[in-house]
Amino acid sequence: MIDWGAIFSNAAVELISPTTAAYALAALGLAIHFGYTGLLNFGQAGFMALGAYGYAISTLSFGFPVWAAVLVGIGASVIFALVLGIPTLRLRADYLAIVTIAAAEIVRLLFTTNTFEPITGSANGLSGYKGGFAALNPIPDGTYGFGPFEYNAYDWWLRIVAWTIVILACLFTWQIMRSPWGRVIKGIREDEDAVRALGKNVYFYKMQSLILGGVFGTIAGMIFVLPRAVVPSNYQTSLTFFVYAILLLGGAATILGPVIGSMVFWVLLSFFSGFIARAVEAGWIPFLTSIQAGQLRFILVGVAIMLIVIYRPQGIFGNKKELAFVK
Amino acid sequence: MSSNSVPTGKPVKTVDMHIGEAVPGCKKKDPILVVDDVSRTFGGLKAVDVEHLEIPRGAITALIGPNGAGKTTLFNLLTGFDKPDTGSWTFEGTPIGGMAAFKVARMGQVRTFQLTKALGLLTVMDNMLLGAKAQVGENLFRAILPFLWRQQEADNKVKALDLLTRFKLDTKKDDYAASLSGGQRKLLEMARALMSDPTLVMLDEPMAGVNPALTQSLLDHILNLKAEGMSVLFVEHDMHMVRHIADWVIVMAEGKVVAEGDPHEVMRNQAVIDAYLGQHHDEDLGEDPDAEKEHVGAIKELLDDEL
Repeated sequence: MIDWGAIFSNAAVELISPTTAAYALAALGLAIHFGYTGLLNFGQAGFMALGAYGYAISTLSFGFPVWAAVLVGIGASVIFALVLGIPTLRLRADYLAIVTIAAAEIVRLLFTTNTFEPITGSANGLSGYKGGFAALNPIPDGTYGFGPFEYNAYDWWLRIVAWTIVILACLFTWQIMRSPWGRVIKGIREDEDAVRALGKNVYFYKMQSLILGGVFGTIAGMIFVLPRAVVPSNYQTSLTFFVYAILLLGGAATILGPVIGSMVFWVLLSFFSGFIARAVEAGWIPFLTSIQAGQLRFILVGVAIMLIVIYRPQGIFGNKKELAFVK
Repeated sequence: MSSNSVPTGKPVKTVDMHIGEAVPGCKKKDPILVVDDVSRTFGGLKAVDVEHLEIPRGAITALIGPNGAGKTTLFNLLTGFDKPDTGSWTFEGTPIGGMAAFKVARMGQVRTFQLTKALGLLTVMDNMLLGAKAQVGENLFRAILPFLWRQQEADNKVKALDLLTRFKLDTKKDDYAASLSGGQRKLLEMARALMSDPTLVMLDEPMAGVNPALTQSLLDHILNLKAEGMSVLFVEHDMHMVRHIADWVIVMAEGKVVAEGDPHEVMRNQAVIDAYLGQHHDEDLGEDPDAEKEHVGAIKELLDDEL
């Protein structure tokens, strides 16, 4: 009656999809901000938007090669982090939250407004920027893989690049967090005045953390748009909240947490959406139309995340010991 | 104020540090910190208004005064945690007025806090290592290359373990600092400050909230700082402790320095008694006889209790 095989294989596809990789990388950036430094960045969607538009605009409007387009995106997010950080990092943490959430919306609205339509494509967004990335593909044409993981050469190329970046970012983050630099960063999370009293330039460290996590978000934004088009409505505040959900799911101050959290999130989302759509078709849920059913998956994912946060508040990889001392 | 919280051995006092009369703002023979015309107002309240103040080198100086006298505000100003409205001060001859807190700390003037700031979710060892100065691996780019900082890290660990052993915290080195008791956190904060080899240690109420069993060991540690050649400036309310370990006492009231001197002399100073009890403390106002009795008891204890 219900095609369970299709539901499961569609869910399994999400395990290594570029979108999962993009969310994992964005969540890793937030782990640096929130989990390690204690910076409440609610504007990760803004960093992702800058990556997506930075890449697409410099490719389409200026004909930049891939590496230059990537650098433009990263440069834009560094400037964005400086603009956010210079006025707010000296203040209490909650000010950063307010400023980042507003700044991310400003970025999205600037990309949506009709004024810059020739460059940004306004609400329709941008497409047709993938040529340069596809041209770098060393994999010969054809279809590869097995079971649900069967893709053409471009899709494999994209997955390989995306996950390589995620793995490198994880290794990088792991290395810096166990270094003296990471110790200062974690100290700032605990009490920045104490760290200041020990002769560390707290403001400078917070700025480095904001830039680093933001750049991760920006690269995530680029990976995010390579399998699809750039659409401004993708960068609403809810994107930031999904990334936060992934982070808390996996464990806030962990390296693997964001990656596994992203996989769990997307597999669950795909599973629920497949299951509900087919259950409605089969008449199991008579009071729902298929359009309503499309929204129900977010409710179910929300419930699943709530259960995890209630019964495993440290996340999948978090250290249980830390919880004993939460104020 | 039970006498069992007071250490038994009599510490060696440093004497004869000032030039001329022991009056507020008097010159010291070898000052480490010299403060001039520092003021700080909060709204209409002048919290600190110090004309001139010198802190002697190689001695333990206590900063006392009733609640609201401006002691902690002066502390915050001197360590760069607050900005003064006016004034300047020099540390070892270098002007540091208005300098950022982290730069002040790097110069060798470290502080602790009244409300202990142990970094709870870091291990005791990580707390200690954070105190070490000039760490190569604290630069983001060098942090990626462990061979650049591994040796320095190992050296710092040896030093940290040595300090932890002295403070009897070595068995706790892998525990989260959050699992320590209040007194142990005070010890950890002091040990952590020592990781940077400071020349002036500023302790904000080191005894506040410490179990009497740990008081003795804390006092000994403070005396050790002096024995190792460091200068100490501390804020304290416990008069027994002040008298016991301080070489010099500075009394503040309403933002001003009202008296300075040897701990035994200064407690007899009329300005000090007035500051603590009010100028009319011996006149019967007939309002609260119990409180009055308590105050008189307290001051008698201060005057009579010779150790």
